[in-house]
Amino acid sequence: MSLLEETNTAGGTPVVTPAPGPAVPDVISGRTPLSRGRLIWRRLSGASRFWVGAIAIAAILLWAILGPLLYPYNATGRDPLNMGLGPTQLHWFGTNNIGQDLYAQTLVGLQKSIVIGLIAGPLGTLIAAVVGSVAGYMGGVVDRVLVWCINLLLVLPSFILLVILSPLFRGLSWVFLTIFIAGFSWMIMAQVVRSQTRSLRDRDFVKAARYMGVPIPTILGRHIIPNVASLLIIDATLGVVASILAETGLSYFGFGIRAPDVSLGTLLAEGTSAAVTRPWLFVFPAGVLILTLFAVSLIGDALRDAVDPTSGVNRD
Amino acid sequence: MAFYIFRRFVNYFILSAIATCLAYVVASLALDPASKYYGRNPQPSRQTITNILNGLGVNPDVPVLERLWNWIVNLVVHGSLGNTVGGTSVVDQIVSRSGVSLRLLLIGSVIGAVVGVTLGVWGAVRQYKFSDQVVTYGSYLIFATPTFVIGVLLMIGATALNGAAGMQLINFTGEYSAGLSGSWWDLTADRAVHLLLPTLALVLIGAAGYSRYQRSVMLDVLSADYIRTARAKGRSRNQALVRHGVRVALIPMSTFFAYSFGTLVSGSIMLEIVFSFHGMGEFTLNAITQSDINAVAGSTLFLAVLVLFSSTLSEVLYAALDPRVRN
Repeated sequence: MSLLEETNTAGGTPVVTPAPGPAVPDVISGRTPLSRGRLIWRRLSGASRFWVGAIAIAAILLWAILGPLLYPYNATGRDPLNMGLGPTQLHWFGTNNIGQDLYAQTLVGLQKSIVIGLIAGPLGTLIAAVVGSVAGYMGGVVDRVLVWCINLLLVLPSFILLVILSPLFRGLSWVFLTIFIAGFSWMIMAQVVRSQTRSLRDRDFVKAARYMGVPIPTILGRHIIPNVASLLIIDATLGVVASILAETGLSYFGFGIRAPDVSLGTLLAEGTSAAVTRPWLFVFPAGVLILTLFAVSLIGDALRDAVDPTSGVNRD
Repeated sequence: MAFYIFRRFVNYFILSAIATCLAYVVASLALDPASKYYGRNPQPSRQTITNILNGLGVNPDVPVLERLWNWIVNLVVHGSLGNTVGGTSVVDQIVSRSGVSLRLLLIGSVIGAVVGVTLGVWGAVRQYKFSDQVVTYGSYLIFATPTFVIGVLLMIGATALNGAAGMQLINFTGEYSAGLSGSWWDLTADRAVHLLLPTLALVLIGAAGYSRYQRSVMLDVLSADYIRTARAKGRSRNQALVRHGVRVALIPMSTFFAYSFGTLVSGSIMLEIVFSFHGMGEFTLNAITQSDINAVAGSTLFLAVLVLFSSTLSEVLYAALDPRVRN
């Protein structure tokens, strides 16, 4: 979901307004006031959604890493005696029509999709942080040019842009696909960071740094970015979801990951033709994908609440 | 207000025009239209290939800006977008295919917006109630599901339903049943049934996004003083909610409509292919696989025009709802 609604938050001061939810222990007890980090962690650890998401994602990560080691079949080998079978004790997710084991393939695809998401999501956030803070802090011509570029990139859906650009990374490794996905996912967050930066620019601590002659990159890195860090963390988390969705979408229609590489998108593409007759070829990879993304978005949502309980967003 | 909308329209017009030109340049640089002929066996002579490429206006030896200029002149003077590699006119293709895409996109996004806004308001009013939780987690589940998976899962569901009913209740392959003849009413009904599942998928995607956003805006509005004022001066709860709450909460939504339009467009492109509709989505993706620069440029232009209209529409909506921009 968009983060547009975050524009009124994440100032330098800790937000101490109690959240209305009954599950959130927000009373500040003790003599020393809580730091912002501690406060957020308190709210976060009180949210059951966060724990459900975190435990699920930890389990999925462990499964993706260790699963192939504990399983006798690999993703490319064929079992000629069991072709096109449904789930059995031998082949947990069944086999495809040339006898490849779907469980092993799903795990390999899951690894690839997770790696792409974990790189592309934070990378997109990094671009957003740099562009947004530079545009907001510098103002003037730089700001206008950057905002104009952002608007230009937002005209066409990024899926279409990636499809048009796909011949450029067709022959290259998946790393380039990852970079391209990140390169088209930062625009809206950059706008949010820009508007935050514009209000931070006139704060006293930023002014003080400016008048002391601190160079601009240092001001951005030391004063601006840390003040929007919570927004960036949320965006990076939800960016993982968006990147995996972009990757599977592109791969599904043949513009992303290609053979011999396997991702959840290519697996789903292969499984679609048999989705009605042999549903396990489609349903298992799809289920694993949905479960992963659902878990990550639960964490992202809990983070958003913890950072900003005053906005009406998702405070359940 | 007219001036405000006109200014925004000009702004979007320039952006869309530049985006289309950039897409033309990028497509020209990324795609290699000659490779298709070199791969053919027996290979056509170099002269033949050059002639074909020149005829299409996509010869890579001509500087890309010159080709772009010719493309624009051709568009403005003759209203032509060139030919596809298959030899048909791009404009003809767009005209015959756009109906399919627009029908899906328009019906899907309008119903999606209405359902989403309604669910959002409902969720905000009934915050933390069971129904609110169901809608919340339901929309997270939809966010976590790729569009094409929603489409295929609906197909699996429809097949199961057809099997259980023992007859073809829901047809979902293609845009209409091949070879069906009958009255206008029969044909329309057949198309409507075929449109059901892709539209449902698009509505789910749209409603998930809109309901989250509408709910959060509505929650902010509900705690505002003017709602209490409206109640205090004797408005009924529903009147206060609708006349003072929903109307104000729709103002930021109108901007969100424009933002989310891209998601819906890419969603409907994916769904067209999943449900084998011969629309603009299929045209666009085929154009890329066939290295067809003219077709890519044409479909980009089509999308840019769509985006131009939706952005302007959201500005009109914004101006209509927010009296501050009207004067």
